[in-house]
Amino acid sequence: MMNIVVCVKAVPDPKMADKIKIDPVTKTLVRENIDLVINPLDRNALEAALQLKKTNGAHITVLSMGPPMAGNIVKECLALGADTGILLSDRAFGGADAYATAYTLAKGIEKIGAFDVVFCGMASSDGATEWVGPQVATFLRIPVVTMVHELIEDEGADWLVRAAWEEGYRKVAIRLPALFTVARDLNQPKNLSFSGILKARKKEITSWSIDDLGVSPDSVGCKGSPTIVGDFGTLETGRSVEFLEGTAEEKAERLVQILTDSGAIA
Amino acid sequence: MTTEIKNHNGAVWVLAEQKNASLQAVSLQLTGKARLLADQLEVPMEVVLFGDNLEASAKTLIAAGADTVYLAESAELAGYQPVIYADIFVNLARTKQPDIVLMGSTCMGRELAPILAARLETGLTAHCINLVLGENNILNQQIPAYGGLISILCPARKPQMSTVAGGVFPTPELNQSRSGTIKRLEVNIAQDPRVRVVEIVKEERYEQSLDAAEFIVAGGAGTGDLEGWNTLKELSRVLNAGLGCTRPVVDEGWAELETMIGQSGKMVSPKFYLGAGLSGELQHMVGIKGAQLMIAINNDPKSPVFEQVDYGVVEDCSTFIPLLLEKLKESGLRHTSS
Ligand SMILES: Cc1cc2nc3c(=O)[nH]c(=O)nc-3n(C[C@H](O)[C@H](O)[C@H](O)COP(=O)(O)OP(=O)(O)OC[C@H]3O[C@@H](n4cnc5c(N)ncnc54)[C@H](O)[C@@H]3O)c2cc1C
Ligand SMILES: Nc1ncnc2c1ncn2[C@@H]1O[C@H](COP(=O)(O)O)[C@@H](O)[C@H]1O
Repeated sequence: MMNIVVCVKAVPDPKMADKIKIDPVTKTLVRENIDLVINPLDRNALEAALQLKKTNGAHITVLSMGPPMAGNIVKECLALGADTGILLSDRAFGGADAYATAYTLAKGIEKIGAFDVVFCGMASSDGATEWVGPQVATFLRIPVVTMVHELIEDEGADWLVRAAWEEGYRKVAIRLPALFTVARDLNQPKNLSFSGILKARKKEITSWSIDDLGVSPDSVGCKGSPTIVGDFGTLETGRSVEFLEGTAEEKAERLVQILTDSGAIA
Repeated sequence: MTTEIKNHNGAVWVLAEQKNASLQAVSLQLTGKARLLADQLEVPMEVVLFGDNLEASAKTLIAAGADTVYLAESAELAGYQPVIYADIFVNLARTKQPDIVLMGSTCMGRELAPILAARLETGLTAHCINLVLGENNILNQQIPAYGGLISILCPARKPQMSTVAGGVFPTPELNQSRSGTIKRLEVNIAQDPRVRVVEIVKEERYEQSLDAAEFIVAGGAGTGDLEGWNTLKELSRVLNAGLGCTRPVVDEGWAELETMIGQSGKMVSPKFYLGAGLSGELQHMVGIKGAQLMIAINNDPKSPVFEQVDYGVVEDCSTFIPLLLEKLKESGLRHTSS
């Protein structure tokens, strides 16, 4: 049976992302009670694992690094069908950039033990660097394919996948153990079911701290991050808006006129 | 803890990219930018290029500002081979110790850059929209975030690495009389059996390219649903304009990722821009450069998008876009490129 690890990130609900602002003075994020949800693409990563479990049989471990609150999304993954949930949570992990995040997740995966496949989302909705997956793979010294759209052959240890490429796609042959970052059209994630929620009640999530991972405080979180945030500035567009007035009909006519006058249409 | 680097004397590098025998535009743009940074730092500007038949591209890169072009040339490298590319690059970087490495946010760059940064144990900043030298000549890697612009720094490790989308920096003028050195790297084709690109397939599924479009209609989450999106699509057809989008539209599956405009998508420079049902988030707006005319349609008069355009229409997309479509069809007016 295969062992699959899925990395899931708790992110502020993307539908409310425009409510997050940065305080220009303190440079800290001002979040107004925004719910944490599973990063949308990580649902696709989990779904990929669930489908393999169905066809080939697999044990799925969900791994997330985040504040204690992120435990909720790990639980949600258990209700969706994952077998084990692990939360890496410690003050020392806070403020991590992609590099330190990937290092910490890789240490978590090493502690989990033997695995065949790691799935990550292609990007997180709040960080969106796309770096974490390939960097986890690099720290684990395993091969990686990013932006996977299709698992063409997924039996045995030699897989063939289709992944994004400009104006088309690339076919990549890869040998397990390996890491894949998944794109949205890989699959259609399923919604929570009542029976799933019931089954998940019995499942416990495990929380690991910096001591459990046995890593140096200098290699995780803020201290382990090669990048730091510098100055914050604003952008001036130099434009001032003129609102079109009148009924919708009149606005549409005026808009056509503006486009014509500017030479956009003729 | 590593110590802060004050003396910057390593070169500025670009990891360039050749596809289907042609040098990618973003590689030339980055070469132009790297040249300027290298001049400020008074260090050499060098390019690393992988592939097959690279001679012509190497000459172009020199004409664009490179002092040295390192070529890893072999028929087996014509497509893209992550393991071989990474091994060669990491070895070279460990020997030459560049100060800065710039790469395009292409499919290759997005996969390779994080692998290289992790192996070189250094930081990497994604999707930069500007690069300037700051205090102690540290590279300020600017990205839009939370309604402003923040600088990401990698002060204590080398190289400082960034990815940048095509169109962020201008394409430099080529000076064919510039001289530079072409150095060939040893290529060991002992393939790692663990990962291999077996085929790169081209698909003809693209509509009007946004790169060259003079008129762009862009839609966001506020177009409502697939039907609303399709109405906007028809509007773009009737106008003979290119169609772009914001990230939620890609997330919903209404449009392809390739048509997403912004920091982590496409950078465009149309003359005319019409944005519908989008909130004016900087990550999208930084993707539109130098438009003569910008118009926004949004049902929220307080939407930040209105601070960034010339004309604003406060209306609901679901009713206004069909109305506008009707008016345009009646008039027969459309965009004709100059
Ligand atoms: C690192 C990073 C990189 C990113 N890169 C990009 C990028 O390259 N490109 C990109 O687009 N995004 C990018 N994003 C996402 C970006 O931050 C925004 O989330 C996104 O641009 C918002 O898209 P939107 O304006 O369509 O949606 P929203 O912000 O949800 O706005 C929808 C707007 O529609 C209006 N509206 C709602 N209903 C209607 C209606 N019926 N009629 C008219 N108007 C209506 C609302 O008032 C609102 O203003 C990135 C994010 C991160 C963190
Ligand atoms: N804190 C985290 N915990 C678990 N997985 C993460 C975390 N951050 C990023 N990831 C994974 O890495 C992917 C890409 O994230 P990013 O590099 O931030 O775009 C996500 O889709 C997740 O699968």
